Amino acid sequence: MSQPVKNIMIVGVGGQGTLLASKLMGKAFVEKGFDVKVSEVHGMSQRGGSVVTYVRYGEKVYSPVIEKGEADIIIAFEQLEAARWLPYLKPDGILISDNQKIDPMPVITGNSAYPDKILPSIREKGVQVIEIDAVALATAAGSIRATNVVLLGVAAHFLGFDKEVWLDVVRSTVPPKTIAINEKAFELGFAAK
Amino acid sequence: MKTLMLGNEAVARALYEAGVTVVSSYPGTPSTEITEAATQYDEVYSEWAPNEKVAFEVAFGAATGGARSFCAMKHVGLNVAADPLYTASYIGVNGGMVCAVADDPGMHSSQNEQDSRHHAIASKIPMLEPSDSAECLSYTKLAYQLSEQFDTPFLLRLSTRISHGRSLVDLSPREEHPIKDYKKDVMKNVMMPAMARVRHQVVEKRTKALQEWCETSGINSVEYNDTRVGIICAGSTYQCAREALGERASYFKLGMVNPLPVKSLLDFARHVGQVYVIEELDDIIETHCRKHGIPVIGKLLLPVCGEFSQSVVREALLGEELPHIALDQAIPPRPPVLCVGCPHRGLFTALKKLNLYVSGDIGCYTLGAQAPLSMIDTCVCMGASVSGLHGFNLARGSQQAKNSVAVIGDSTFIHSGITGLIDIAYNKGFSTVIVLDNSITGMTGHQNNPTNGLTIKGDPTVAVNLEALAHAIGINRVVVVDPFDMEATRKAVEAELAFEEPSLVIARRPCALLKTVKHNPPMVVDTEKCTGCKSCLKAGCPSIKVHGEANKGRGTAEIDQNQCVGCEICAKLCSFDAINF
Repeated sequence: MSQPVKNIMIVGVGGQGTLLASKLMGKAFVEKGFDVKVSEVHGMSQRGGSVVTYVRYGEKVYSPVIEKGEADIIIAFEQLEAARWLPYLKPDGILISDNQKIDPMPVITGNSAYPDKILPSIREKGVQVIEIDAVALATAAGSIRATNVVLLGVAAHFLGFDKEVWLDVVRSTVPPKTIAINEKAFELGFAAK
Repeated sequence: MKTLMLGNEAVARALYEAGVTVVSSYPGTPSTEITEAATQYDEVYSEWAPNEKVAFEVAFGAATGGARSFCAMKHVGLNVAADPLYTASYIGVNGGMVCAVADDPGMHSSQNEQDSRHHAIASKIPMLEPSDSAECLSYTKLAYQLSEQFDTPFLLRLSTRISHGRSLVDLSPREEHPIKDYKKDVMKNVMMPAMARVRHQVVEKRTKALQEWCETSGINSVEYNDTRVGIICAGSTYQCAREALGERASYFKLGMVNPLPVKSLLDFARHVGQVYVIEELDDIIETHCRKHGIPVIGKLLLPVCGEFSQSVVREALLGEELPHIALDQAIPPRPPVLCVGCPHRGLFTALKKLNLYVSGDIGCYTLGAQAPLSMIDTCVCMGASVSGLHGFNLARGSQQAKNSVAVIGDSTFIHSGITGLIDIAYNKGFSTVIVLDNSITGMTGHQNNPTNGLTIKGDPTVAVNLEALAHAIGINRVVVVDPFDMEATRKAVEAELAFEEPSLVIARRPCALLKTVKHNPPMVVDTEKCTGCKSCLKAGCPSIKVHGEANKGRGTAEIDQNQCVGCEICAKLCSFDAINF
């Protein structure tokens, strides 16, 4: 096989906009001529639960899902979710994580504690961690709702093809009124690394 | 031009391309997006039916009338539609008919993980199972051709990973199929014993003919690689197996999972060494192989429960696990919760003090079972809250009835709650039923329904008047409350519980996620007034937490200004007036 299949996971909390990020990514890989599979979660988990989307691309992709030890990149929209899905990362994979923390209900009710120092602990395991304040960058771009596109920008930096491909996909996918904000969000993410 | 499409969108595309003109469905994860996507094709009439039985019957009626027709449902929906399914098998079709049924192995969003292939076998209706979006499109189109050729409705078995997986498809133009002539044919279309006895014979012959067809048609494909290991699989399990084993095995990929072939499976088994059957959920293919003398290994190694992936196959067959890293700390779970601003939170918080038995149902409000609300005692199936409450109260008497309610959403009430309420009224029951009317079918992602006055395309239509409906079936006590007015809600429910006759309480407020709902600004905590008592947390809102070292270590409340929509539930729980706009 000329190029092995690349595996990207997008993880976060239901409602954070992970589905748009995977949709944009899938489109960009199709644009570049790859076989692509994206697996999404709809339904109950989208109500504030832990959500994961798998994006796989290469010459020929079979399974739509990514399993433990298989992800080249994990894009985490929230720190606890970065920790939860860490076992899915290849030992030499890259973790891109937003630094925001959202308490899950068992933490809010006091039945569990939110772990301390998640990202430093992951670094101690030898993982390359890109920590990013995507919420702040999205706010700077004009809307906190563009956090997903900021994170996409960070990831695009590691995916190796021309920035214009990504920007075209962003422009052709997001609602027309939000194109300027999303372009800026992507640029800020892309430059952040 | 290749297009990236959800499996569900590809099925909808196939409806368009195959010349389908009538679609009727009831939403259910993971099947919902098929019918939603069908609405974009003006040539295809689509509708939301009140339940899956109605949807199936509408589609079947359209097929009888000569149209190519379709209905979609989740696996448990097929139980609701099972009654027409089994007799439709005897009658067959005029125009082609396909019913898509989406299983949910792993139960991402379901109350059980039943295997819908059992319904195909029991009803003797042929079933195709695609393994990606391209096959969702091609198999659906093929199913219409076969439906007309073999005079039977077809089942299309999907699963979460196929329905909600995006992969590449090639699009084709629509082929029109003019409505076929309808000729009255009592022997074929009227299933009374004399006719049905004849038709049953026809069904058995048809199954034999379909079995012959699947041996030679190419619907099942064989890929020979290393022949020491042979894998029999179908749908998503082909993808898992191919990913895990690559060219280290040979594959027999079934495209038709009912009826199953015999000769070609025997032929495959002769050409390979050890044969494994990799199938999710039950051991249907495995049992079939054994029956025909193929010594396969299946559930001996692979699980019956849960969803398959390449790692499930890798670990079971190869004993291999990929190296991976994990943190040493415990990771708290993140269960789904009622959304910020959800009206159901108001209802459950209002009723919390009453210490009730709450007969639950299927919908967003099932999340009221989770801590800290912990308000649901039972959850079985669509509509069971109402009839189940009646039974519970019959068992335990009228005193119990003063401490028990059913909670059911507007869409679920129309689906099958209404029949339970008729049972209560007719049989002089005394139960109190609460309809959580949020003007939408929520959990499946916002579908219009018969109570909200909008069609699937958002066009205005008549709306069921729940109050008038209740009166019409003999419920004399009907009250409407706003669940955000928790004091009034609690008082109204208490009052209805005290009556020894049935009551319907309608807790009415639209879903917080509806675009038409105007929200308040976020609320703020006055840290001077907050004592850290945590009363505000009792409603289980994800946008408020108590943290820090103030108040002798109890902390102070803090509201996430990005999330809060100002529903005021937490403010009403605060005894110190510490939460305000």
